Amino acid sequence: MTQVKMTVNGKTASGHVEGRTLLVQFLREDLGLTGTHVGCDTSQCGACVVHVNGQAVKACSMLAVEADGADVATIEGQAAADGTLNTIQQAFQDHHGLQCGFCTPGMVMSAAALLKDNPKPTVAEVRHYLDGNICRCTGYHNIVKAIMAASGQDIGAIAAE
Amino acid sequence: MYNFDVERPKTVADAVNALATDEAQPMSGGQTLIPTLKARLAMPSVLVSLSGIDEMKGVRKGDDGRLCIGGGTTHATVAAEAAADFPGLAGLAARIGDPAVRNRGTIGGSVANNDPSACYPAAVLATGATVVTNNREIAADDYFQGMFATALEEGEIVTEVKFPIPQASHYEKHIQPASRFPLVAVFVAKFADGVRVAVTGASENGVFRWTEAEAALGGAFNSDTVKGLTVDAADMISDLHGSGAYRAHLVGVMTRRAVDAING
Repeated sequence: MTQVKMTVNGKTASGHVEGRTLLVQFLREDLGLTGTHVGCDTSQCGACVVHVNGQAVKACSMLAVEADGADVATIEGQAAADGTLNTIQQAFQDHHGLQCGFCTPGMVMSAAALLKDNPKPTVAEVRHYLDGNICRCTGYHNIVKAIMAASGQDIGAIAAE
Repeated sequence: MYNFDVERPKTVADAVNALATDEAQPMSGGQTLIPTLKARLAMPSVLVSLSGIDEMKGVRKGDDGRLCIGGGTTHATVAAEAAADFPGLAGLAARIGDPAVRNRGTIGGSVANNDPSACYPAAVLATGATVVTNNREIAADDYFQGMFATALEEGEIVTEVKFPIPQASHYEKHIQPASRFPLVAVFVAKFADGVRVAVTGASENGVFRWTEAEAALGGAFNSDTVKGLTVDAADMISDLHGSGAYRAHLVGVMTRRAVDAING
């Protein structure tokens, strides 16, 4: 077992992990942060996307020991302490960007990474960026709408694909 | 996954030492290896993580004009930092996998693994790049030796890839939509002294140069020149995603599209 210590949503977190422990297992099972989901466990679906040192990564495809010393952000840290949703979360609610909600944590974290680098993406850029996030309910249309709305852009003219 | 110990060396020298242990295996970004470990297709007792080695990261222009990319450089970094000097390569890097994969996966890992459907081997072979390891330099034409096979020795690490920068280049890929790996992809590189064409995803022998197309394009660089050329379907991968004949057809289509993209 190896000791790891990282910052998770602004707070110090530490624990003892095996070499094979995935970051997502550490977050969910050791820290109890079960908002980060495991959909496919083969790095296809993106339900486990978190930010490591500001970059979107699939927490199912990174070892916990490799996040030692890193700054990790998960879905639990996105809303304000009083529960007020952040802009992206609120846009998902307003535009019905989810149905069952299983993929939503990854969608929100991917959207946050996109808007950090590209604050006013085009619809095509949003769809391209979501290549690694799979939703089996919505057909993506309302997810794209929500992200465009969160970026402060007009969503009146967005056509379904 | 079977359990293993993880070493996190900070230098290439320490990594090489760690890899001298029996059953030690290097891991770069882990975007292929971690799924492989989950499937219990590999069973290292020690995993040597290369992701903390700063000397293996970065994109720089060499004195000889080549673009030198550290083996530990992520696809996302290549996409951003190679864009000005070598847009064809940056465009390739920007379309590997998905954004989260690009933030972890590295050029060294891709080149060392030599998956028959990986993107980078096409660029390395099409530019005649040099693969630099911890103890030697290997020309691309000697480096790739078939499906998942390379000139690398046990415990040898890809520390850098040095790309001659073509006058113009383009990577055209037709993805297999579930895996997002190329079903067939072609990198066309136009140099002052000739054209090189490398194909990935298609062949049973991994990445290869399509020399007939190179010769034709060296004469007249337009897509009509290669219209009548074909690769042998018998050499192509045939699986549930596409027959050998379909892949052979796509080799021609992707090559022509790449040439058209270069010619604008």
